[in-house]
Amino acid sequence: MKRFKAVVIGTSAGGIGALSRLLAYLPDAFSFSVIIVLHVSPESRGRQVEYFDFKFDCSLHNAEDKEPIRPGCVYFAPPNYHLLIESDTTFSLSVDEKVQYSRPSIDVLFESAAHVWGHDLAGIVLTGSNADGAYGLQVVKEHGGLAVVEDPAKSEFPTMPQASLSAGEVDYILSLDQIGKLLAEGGTHE
Amino acid sequence: MNPSRIEDLEIDLLFEAIFKRYGHDFRDYGRASIKRRVMHFLAQSGYKKVSEMIPRLLHEKAFFESMIRTFSISVTEMFRDPHVYQHIRTQVIPVLKTYPFIRAWNAGCATGEEAYSLAILLKEEGMLERTRLFATDFNDELIEKAKEGIYQSKKVKEFASNYQKTGGMNSFSEYYNAQDEAIAIDPSLKKNITFANHNLVTDNVFSEMHLILCRNVLIYFNKSLQDRVLKLFSESLVPKGYLCLGTRESIQFSNVRGNFKTFDNGRRIYQKER
Repeated sequence: MKRFKAVVIGTSAGGIGALSRLLAYLPDAFSFSVIIVLHVSPESRGRQVEYFDFKFDCSLHNAEDKEPIRPGCVYFAPPNYHLLIESDTTFSLSVDEKVQYSRPSIDVLFESAAHVWGHDLAGIVLTGSNADGAYGLQVVKEHGGLAVVEDPAKSEFPTMPQASLSAGEVDYILSLDQIGKLLAEGGTHE
Repeated sequence: MNPSRIEDLEIDLLFEAIFKRYGHDFRDYGRASIKRRVMHFLAQSGYKKVSEMIPRLLHEKAFFESMIRTFSISVTEMFRDPHVYQHIRTQVIPVLKTYPFIRAWNAGCATGEEAYSLAILLKEEGMLERTRLFATDFNDELIEKAKEGIYQSKKVKEFASNYQKTGGMNSFSEYYNAQDEAIAIDPSLKKNITFANHNLVTDNVFSEMHLILCRNVLIYFNKSLQDRVLKLFSESLVPKGYLCLGTRESIQFSNVRGNFKTFDNGRRIYQKER
């Protein structure tokens, strides 16, 4: 299994449940960064991080503009902002127009992450009920990254993973637990 | 060199060309966002590569202007983040009232929504007559739109709902005149506003300010340009003057953070140390 430096995850409807289950697979310490777009109401003021109760001391928080991205941390795109990755591996935020009716948009995060991390990136699309992420996952794949989609047959809301599968080839179609194991393997030092 | 790196190099050359030909400096913009806009413009232009646009850009000003338009698309609304405006109303303006006269600056005003929002607060708190509000942007087209103060009717519901959440004392409809598909901001709000061209990247301090509102502008700049702009703000403010940034912007990664104390962290309002 190849080692990645960063994992980007996109999800909307059903996302909180799916992420809770998935992130529980992360070991106490891991060597990559996890960056998540979860579609939420623009007015939620970033409280989605409070839904997750994690063991990491390092943190689970809303990404700040110009914040350096550290390994072993889990970041969320703040509500009502797009989250992008700069080539010096810091975050940038933007209030540009919505993409796929969404801000934050999974496509925007995945595309900019692919430009920076190339083959050191894994992109994962989970449950959801729109098509955001389908384009972005293809960009991840084009830049040599690993493209993973939750099996629509096992997703709470299959539209989003299905849209990603329709957009082009991916590397894996897996259940949440299988994706969790992939994360756990991707994070161990040998 | 991989294609992504070559693309970055092309964008470097594009910005160099724009700077040398037209004086607009995008070189220190946050690359990830501006790259999206360049690629967006490229897709519309019919060219295949970024570098192919450079010759036309150099020789045809209209082409440059249409690119600038793409670069400065802004998405804003009146009273965006109402809790911030509510805090300005209840915590900042009462202090500003102790001055006989104040100057406020809305830097990066785009189409003017924030400037008018602030004007409404100041009016309701009885301060507008004692205020000179500067609303500036680097894009002349946007400044013209801001001066007009005409917005789509479909946005009114959101504006009005935001306004109520700031603790608004009136009906929001008192502040505009309805036209067909649009609303026009009431002229009484414009009297104390000066709309002007100012470029945060290249221009300097132009007056002494008691309040600076610059929201969701710094996120488009890289760290060194953010430092420049925050230094400019620091030099523009009177001692104890207020700086209000976007709710996800902060001075914590900047060199000038020592010049400010945090007035309200959640709302990203800072106060200049004396």
